[in-house]
Amino acid sequence: MSIWSWSYTFEVFPIIFDALWITLAATITAYVLAMVLGLVLAILRRSAFKPLTWIVIGLSEFIRATPPLVQLFFVFYVLPFYGISLSPFVAGTLALGVHYSTYCAEIYRSGIDSVPRGQWEAATSLNFSSTQKWRKIILPQAIPPIIPMLGNYLISMFKDTPILSAITVVETLQAAKIAGSASFRYLEPFTIVGVLFLLLSYPSALLIKKLEVKLNRRSLGKKDKKLKEKGVAA
Amino acid sequence: MLAVRTEEFIGKNAVETANPLVAYKKVSKAFGEVKVIRDLDFNVSPGEKVAIIGPSGSGKTTLIRLLMTLEEPTSGVIEINGEPLWHKEVKGKLVKADEKHLHKMRGQIGMVFQQFNLFPHMTVLRNCTEAPVNVLGMSRKEAEERAKAMLAKVGLENKLDSYPAQLSGGQQQRVAIARALVMRPKVMLFDEPTSALDPELVGEVLDVIREIAEEGEMAMILVTHEMEFAKDVADRIVFTDGGKIVEQGDPKEIFENPKSERLQSFLKRMRS
Ligand SMILES: Nc1ncnc2c1ncn2[C@@H]1O[C@H](COP(=O)(O)OP(=O)(O)OP(=O)(O)O)[C@@H](O)[C@H]1O
Ligand SMILES: [Mg+2]
Repeated sequence: MSIWSWSYTFEVFPIIFDALWITLAATITAYVLAMVLGLVLAILRRSAFKPLTWIVIGLSEFIRATPPLVQLFFVFYVLPFYGISLSPFVAGTLALGVHYSTYCAEIYRSGIDSVPRGQWEAATSLNFSSTQKWRKIILPQAIPPIIPMLGNYLISMFKDTPILSAITVVETLQAAKIAGSASFRYLEPFTIVGVLFLLLSYPSALLIKKLEVKLNRRSLGKKDKKLKEKGVAA
Repeated sequence: MLAVRTEEFIGKNAVETANPLVAYKKVSKAFGEVKVIRDLDFNVSPGEKVAIIGPSGSGKTTLIRLLMTLEEPTSGVIEINGEPLWHKEVKGKLVKADEKHLHKMRGQIGMVFQQFNLFPHMTVLRNCTEAPVNVLGMSRKEAEERAKAMLAKVGLENKLDSYPAQLSGGQQQRVAIARALVMRPKVMLFDEPTSALDPELVGEVLDVIREIAEEGEMAMILVTHEMEFAKDVADRIVFTDGGKIVEQGDPKEIFENPKSERLQSFLKRMRS
């Protein structure tokens, strides 16, 4: 049993804190990848060309049904045999981003599905091209309501970045482990990691909650509020 | 005169069909096993106003959705100015057309929907300028001028910056009409444009449609349950039942002297 040592805490804190930047960089890189790829998957899934739809569905199901750690090892250890050698950071963010893109695709899909069919038909009747329909008509309606859900995935991904330590990325957890093994004291380093994650993800979660309430109110209340304003003006 | 047969009622407007703007040739549409349109022959001349009436489920909506390219015919050919809409001629044979061809053909058709289908995230003005700018390649300034003129025509020049949710149903439908007019189609399709409206708002929309009809040059196909209005505005009434045209002709004839039993009973039901 070891007793909490503040001097040791202050000694290892800067080392772990520095590694937080790697965690954040990995989170953001993987997140951007997940958002973009997720959107592509969601759109491809609605393709009129059925084989493409099946491939997308099959691939997504496969990725979601296997553990991210396995995918991570695959990208980092197996791909080099096929001539694709990636740095730990790139391999890690790629695997994490692709894994999460399949979840993001589902979120996008729910947003896209909630746009009424009449919107597609009106867009067709005005002769918009397929790309224009997506960009001008469908996505601007599909995305705002799902922003909170996409935000929640940012937090999930942030909390999942420690798996990158398994392929030697020195992110927060790995930094703590290295510090701990140098002095055989793990209590302080790992506690610091936990607290850092808590300090970042909890306020973010609150922020997203707030955003969600705001977006809901906007979509529900816009009509009444604006009408009231008009009424006063008239 | 021979005994009254359906074909005779249909033959009536044969004179007008020399150079039809729209021609349905033996068009059928089935959803799965259910045949909704059956071997339909139907022409519309340039500038002609045709009202389609008929019982619920008789295929009226499907009929015009086929022309708007929202439904693909199961068989038969639809032509606009003699050119197949859903097909392309390759080495003398008709094959299914690609999106490029559909895009070219669609420019001649406009549609007003029962549920308005305005774009809720855009202002009224933007609703009317987005397609001219992006589809016709107009400058924003030019598109806005044209859109404002159309919105003035439907009496909404003071609502340019409103969002659809801030408008009444009647106003929304008038915006939808302006939005379609801005594209200057050769034929405009209306699918029961007033049936989603509160009764007190029906009049303002019908007035706008009547006014556009009186201007003349654009052909119109109007699916409607407003019999008085149809009689007023249309050059020809088409009565559909069971996916077929059962009777058609001059509005006065159709309403005052219906020949087929099915039209007679339909009109009786509508009046009661
Ligand atoms: N997408 C679809 N899938 C399956 N059946 C359909 C579809 N669209 C229409 N139908 C069926 O086709 C038939 C004709 O429909 P349509 O909407 O053209 O009739 P309508 O004359 O416009 O009727 P209403 O006056 O009620 O609007 C109906 O029986 C309808 O249920
Ligand atoms: Mg209908």
